[in-house]
Amino acid sequence: MVAAPTTRFLVRAVIYLILGALAVVFLYPVVLMVLTAFKPTPEIFRSPFGLPESWSLDTFRTVWQRAKFGLYLRNSLLITGASALLLLATAAPAAYALARYTFKLKPVLFLFFLAGIMIPIRLGILPLYLLMRDLGLLDTPFSLIFTYAASGTPMAVFLLSVFFRNLPRELEDAARIDGCNELQIFYRIMLPLVRPGLATVVIVNVVPWWNDFFFPLLFIQSDTWKTIPLGMQIFFGQHLVNWSLVFSGMVLASLPLLIIYLIMSRQFIAGLTAGAVKG
Amino acid sequence: MTDVPAGTPSRRRPLARWWARHWHLFVFLTPAVLVYGTFMAYPLLSSLSYSLFEWDGFLRRGFTGLQNFATVLTRWPYNDRFWGAIGHNTWFFVLTFAIQTTLGLFVAVLLARKWRGFAFFQAAYFLPYTLSLVVVGFLWLMLLNPTWGMVAQGLRGLGLGEWVQPWLGQRATALTTVILVNAWGWLGFPILVYLAAVQAVPQEFHEAAFVDGASAWQDFWHVTFPLLLPSIAMVTILTFIWNFNAFELVFVMQGASGSPNYATDLLATFFYRTAFGDPTTGGEPGQIGIASAIGVMMLLLIGVVSAFGVRFMQRSQTEY
Repeated sequence: MVAAPTTRFLVRAVIYLILGALAVVFLYPVVLMVLTAFKPTPEIFRSPFGLPESWSLDTFRTVWQRAKFGLYLRNSLLITGASALLLLATAAPAAYALARYTFKLKPVLFLFFLAGIMIPIRLGILPLYLLMRDLGLLDTPFSLIFTYAASGTPMAVFLLSVFFRNLPRELEDAARIDGCNELQIFYRIMLPLVRPGLATVVIVNVVPWWNDFFFPLLFIQSDTWKTIPLGMQIFFGQHLVNWSLVFSGMVLASLPLLIIYLIMSRQFIAGLTAGAVKG
Repeated sequence: MTDVPAGTPSRRRPLARWWARHWHLFVFLTPAVLVYGTFMAYPLLSSLSYSLFEWDGFLRRGFTGLQNFATVLTRWPYNDRFWGAIGHNTWFFVLTFAIQTTLGLFVAVLLARKWRGFAFFQAAYFLPYTLSLVVVGFLWLMLLNPTWGMVAQGLRGLGLGEWVQPWLGQRATALTTVILVNAWGWLGFPILVYLAAVQAVPQEFHEAAFVDGASAWQDFWHVTFPLLLPSIAMVTILTFIWNFNAFELVFVMQGASGSPNYATDLLATFFYRTAFGDPTTGGEPGQIGIASAIGVMMLLLIGVVSAFGVRFMQRSQTEY
């Protein structure tokens, strides 16, 4: 569109103004959270918007010890990591089989996996809870790992089968001539080629798993296996009047994902976009 | 495979040959079928049958047909809570949908220009999405505190002290406030998907429209928007599903019974109280049958609406 230079400049300024104002709406509460975490409670009430008078890490240290934050961090890392490994180990071979072989049960199995793509696993929580109890998995990390891996399966199978389908046939034939069996073709040749797909599956799932509160709330009772969201929710509830502790706890709880996001927001956004668009 | 009698060597050979040709499929598929079947397909399917039985705590008693459904729909207080929650979930979805398809879409269209600094804006909008809903809930619980919260203090500082209200404590504003807090943490996702969709529209389409003398608005309405319909439909379906399962934010900010006086009660919190009991108000614990009936109705609602949504999405798909 041809427009007078001043009009174009005005339009540009207005667009920057709108987007900038919106960025403030999204960013400022997070900035405020971080700044407030450094202040003792009286200072929070006295000067809610100023910079902290001292940048002491004392409250963080208190939260780390009193909330057993180190333990929850370890649990969250272990559970999210194990869920991702289990999901990749089960969904990748299944997606490969569904994408690259023809067999009689294939349409049925495809439907079986895809049927769950729109249904949140929470709606089966009661039978799932009793199943976990009967298997003796309540209050263990395995209840969460199996639940997360199962709930990620439909999307992962669908996404990875798209990636596998796009690989050239010749690769497979060449490997077969070289004497690879079917498992070796999958593991040595094809799997490394869909690494972007595997990364997408991990990125799409890790954020909701890491932040999940619902299943830990129901499955985990003792402190030993509480994850960060559950441990923090209980801690916040107990210290609601001590704003300093709560804000430090919120910053600690958000820090792991926040750091990863700040370092690799580009990959994050690309992965999530790929997941959303293909799904 | 099943019709091969065991022990007859002449007919065992085809089985062996079949196995030799297909064993790798079993290796590939069994783990996923086992994990997904046991921990997702089985619980979802058997929740249907749970709703048809009478339960005594976690023990199953006799078959009662649709009695649990009748209880939820007709007996007080279940009926009041159920219809209340349906209304609250609907408002949750409608308001979220309205925000993301106006503001979210608008921002995505602006961001698609890729000017200097736009990558930063996009990263900023998406940042709250990485926060746990537990943190989002507590953060806004503090910020919106009518005495000490930063929102109230800021308004007072601007001389707008009379605007300060206990937003989360009064019936008229509590639910809408929770929904807006949820939108703050969520909007980055629709913006991300819409931006990708806007950028996928071939540049020649816009050029052709401008050659024909279209204004910026006409270009958006007649070129971009129709091509965005599948993405809008997809995000809308996802929003519907998640909004009708929303739980964490209300549980964290307003408690399991959706205070004040059930004004923010949702289907999921109602379900949770019915199934696991409400420690805050000492309600009757463990009504598994009735809770399952609520769950099945949620499942049906989500299933029917998303099936319609997917059909609309497929119809609106344009190849280009």
